[in-house]
Amino acid sequence: MAKRLGERTLLLETRPRILASAGVAGKREADGPLGQRFDRIFDDTTLGEGSWEKAESKLLLAAAQCALEKAGLQPEAIQAVFAGDLQSQCTASVFGLRGLNIPYCGIFGACSTMAEGLLLAALAMESGGFSAAMAATSSHFCTAERQFRHPLEYGGQRTPTAQWTVTGAGAAILAREADPAAPYIDKVQIGTMVDLGVTDAGNMGAAMAPAAKKTIADFLRDTNTAPQDYDLILTGDLGRIGTDLLRELMQREDGVDLSEKQHDCGLLIFDREAQDVHAGGSGCGCSASVLCCDIIRCLREGSLKNVLFVATGALMSTTTFKQGESIPGIAHAVLLKGGGAE
Amino acid sequence: MSVSKGEYAAMAKRAAPASPLLRDCLKAFLVGGAVCCLAQGLTETLVALRVGREDAKLLALMALIVLTAILTAAGVFDRLAKHAGAGLAVPITGFANSVVSPALECKSEGYILGTAAQMFSIAGPVLVFGCSAASVYGLIYYLLTRGG
Repeated sequence: MAKRLGERTLLLETRPRILASAGVAGKREADGPLGQRFDRIFDDTTLGEGSWEKAESKLLLAAAQCALEKAGLQPEAIQAVFAGDLQSQCTASVFGLRGLNIPYCGIFGACSTMAEGLLLAALAMESGGFSAAMAATSSHFCTAERQFRHPLEYGGQRTPTAQWTVTGAGAAILAREADPAAPYIDKVQIGTMVDLGVTDAGNMGAAMAPAAKKTIADFLRDTNTAPQDYDLILTGDLGRIGTDLLRELMQREDGVDLSEKQHDCGLLIFDREAQDVHAGGSGCGCSASVLCCDIIRCLREGSLKNVLFVATGALMSTTTFKQGESIPGIAHAVLLKGGGAE
Repeated sequence: MSVSKGEYAAMAKRAAPASPLLRDCLKAFLVGGAVCCLAQGLTETLVALRVGREDAKLLALMALIVLTAILTAAGVFDRLAKHAGAGLAVPITGFANSVVSPALECKSEGYILGTAAQMFSIAGPVLVFGCSAASVYGLIYYLLTRGG
């Protein structure tokens, strides 16, 4: 049974384990620093499909299938999948997963979806009613551009604060029974929305940084820990501006220095200068693919022992943006520990 | 959180790098100027080929529209416009691109609900306000010149 620590954090006593995970990505992501660590790379961003929406659905399905293969499981063995994406009505999740015959919960957490899915799957496991559950999410540069910005061939200019939506997907399978080397989820925190009035959809890092600050500060307070107690505090995907703002807020309000332990998925996935992605990567697939292909592997291999994963989301819609509403940010936290770690 | 919205707005502004304004303006000036020279060159060539000046101007505009459509469809226009900015957005090239790009992209929703319905999603406001302004201007012109 989950135990509440402090105000907002939950300790999971059953330690749901990550049986397998997979991160897939497009060509630009594969050309980045994480390069060949992705489980599958799609050089053709259409994935051979006639629409970008179908392409993203296929991307999500590929991540889910890859995770299933690595876990040695058939889809029927998964008792629930928590999935979402950036498209209206969770298009990629619905159409990507509809053929798998897995009980489905659609979730929307914008770019924080991987952490939201993981924590919901972990809580489902903790309830005792599930023996295997999946969290999955995706994003595709072209579907995101279409929905939130301009047509792809439109000749607009991006501001220096803009982030580049990652074409990628991640899926992780949690299981009650797994080998002892499998990383486990130790603690989770459902994020609280924070809105400090940012209205610029071209500066989502600034919109999300206060939420990341709140979640990290609450987590450290509830668990009575400091950044030095973690191998890595992995935010995603604040990009350059959001990362700077998070560190400044943390220093200014709590006197905590995050600079040594905090890294951001939006900065890890691309070489910002060489790949011309302005402030860094974004999109659900950004933190999902980085976590599922790289970080979980490091936890399994033992090069990382405990990682506080704090995925951030900008919870705006195309309608509220036009109405001049500010952008509420959110950040969910999941503390992942290596198989042998206490 | 103790930081106020106003304080945070100032923090966010400080954290955001500025656009390289001088470089952007210079590029826009050079590219925009080149587009105008191209159009003027076309017009003069046509006039030299004994096309009437008014017709030559129209043909030059049409040539720019067709050229933009081809470059947009080939995926080249957005790469040029990324650098040229207003240099390609302000001349008729920008207008043509804003019609062709959604038309192309929305083909996946079909020719009626996609291409035709979305073709003016970006250019629509320009047309509405352009036509409205022209009507107002025309009315004023009419009232002022009615007497003679």
